[in-house]
Amino acid sequence: MSAPADASSGPPPGLRVSVDLNLCQAYAQCCYAAPRHFRIEGHEALFYDPAPAARDRADIERARVACPVQAIRVEDPERGA
Amino acid sequence: MAQTSERVLIVGAGLAALRGAEALRAAGFSGPLTIVGDEPHRPYDRPPLSKHVLTGVIPAEATTLPGVGTLAAEWQLGSAAQRLDRQARTVRLADGRTLPYDRLLIATGTRARPWANPHEGRLAGVFTLRGRDDAAALRRALAAGPKHVLVIGAGFIGCEVASLCRQLDLPVTLVEPGPTPLGRVLGSTVGAFIGAIHEGHGVALRCGREVEWLEGRDGRLVRAHLVDGSSLAADIAVIALGAVRNTEWLDGSGLSADPGGVDCDARGHVLDSDGEPDPRVAAAGDVARFPHPLYDGRRVALEHWSHAVAQGVHAGRLLAGAEPELPYGALPTFWSMQGDLVVKSVGLTEGADAVAITQGDPAAGRFVATYGRAGRCIAAVSVDSARWLPTQAELVAARAPFPPRGAATDRPEGVTVFEPGFP
Repeated sequence: MSAPADASSGPPPGLRVSVDLNLCQAYAQCCYAAPRHFRIEGHEALFYDPAPAARDRADIERARVACPVQAIRVEDPERGA
Repeated sequence: MAQTSERVLIVGAGLAALRGAEALRAAGFSGPLTIVGDEPHRPYDRPPLSKHVLTGVIPAEATTLPGVGTLAAEWQLGSAAQRLDRQARTVRLADGRTLPYDRLLIATGTRARPWANPHEGRLAGVFTLRGRDDAAALRRALAAGPKHVLVIGAGFIGCEVASLCRQLDLPVTLVEPGPTPLGRVLGSTVGAFIGAIHEGHGVALRCGREVEWLEGRDGRLVRAHLVDGSSLAADIAVIALGAVRNTEWLDGSGLSADPGGVDCDARGHVLDSDGEPDPRVAAAGDVARFPHPLYDGRRVALEHWSHAVAQGVHAGRLLAGAEPELPYGALPTFWSMQGDLVVKSVGLTEGADAVAITQGDPAAGRFVATYGRAGRCIAAVSVDSARWLPTQAELVAARAPFPPRGAATDRPEGVTVFEPGFP
């Protein structure tokens, strides 16, 4: 079978972040921990960077653990998590 | 229990598919696992598409989901599933290949409902918004500085796109056949409150109106004509008329499926046309219609992010044989970011016969509405008031008496009950 098994180039390098915005209650602890990657717009609309650079992993990890409702999920390919 | 020698095939490559695949692996399944997707992309997160991708803050390709990079699976992307043969236990793809399975997870989700006239729908400037490529294309069009954006349909996607156009300082008209935005899901009482907020931000809201046809010139959209005989100039139209479930590929499979979804039993196995579960096949996410225990077993198909995650995990564990004999019945929840406005919901509003403002004030743009049916709380919606919602979720999960007593801590004299205004 010569058809391409995977037509995509795979995930881009760096970290992957997603936030469960059902859980998020805009406590904004992530915004203090990683202000370049998380911010609150309006009263409670969270913006987050879904693809931060690997060099920012310390900030991102701080944001993840700081979340009072544990809504942040991070994938770090270099750490296999 | 799926044996290591068995092959698991997941059809669909979205959020439910990814979380289902992860759950299979987490439950100890170590055999071959293949994921089929019609798009060329690995699973990505949709909520940012109608918000920060359209504003250009993040590129569409940045939305690839966490978990994609670490999952041990074979990806078969760029070709849609076309036919399921349960006797042979194979799935045929559009490119002619045939993939075998021993266990199958159906997670083909939905697609945007297209504009009814395909010729008009192909005009340059006419968009739907469902996938990553849709968002990237619409972003390019919005960044080019259109003169006037028309959004057809004031459901959640329509409201998100219209409010975001105002954030980009673009003139936008939102046309909706119903009496208010969001009326089908929230009812016209709460829909009118939210519509007023959007109008305050400069969205031109035209409710009770319908677009009849789209006029093109040299292949480009120039004008929209309404049923009432009026018309408006527009160089961009976003068709936001809801979603269609991707079940056509199940035609002839003997499974119980129609445009409303594929039917599952309470555990998550897919039913055949005689109503018997196929123990080799499960379904999850937008495409799965299942009896919800919290709503007396009414069959529902939910297009919610958290549902795709929870039911994906449930189905993955079920196919791995790790699932306890419990029905799936997570409390439905969703959110919608409409500009800077956050609308969140718990429960299902369908069938509500009353709604009460239980916190805040619609006139101030921040409030909580609780929905009741036959004297019980069945759902709640928060507008820029998310911290009040967990309390409401407890009321809904407990089917607490409606109107809830003591739920409005800022209103000791009690709450006012309205007609919810469902069509």
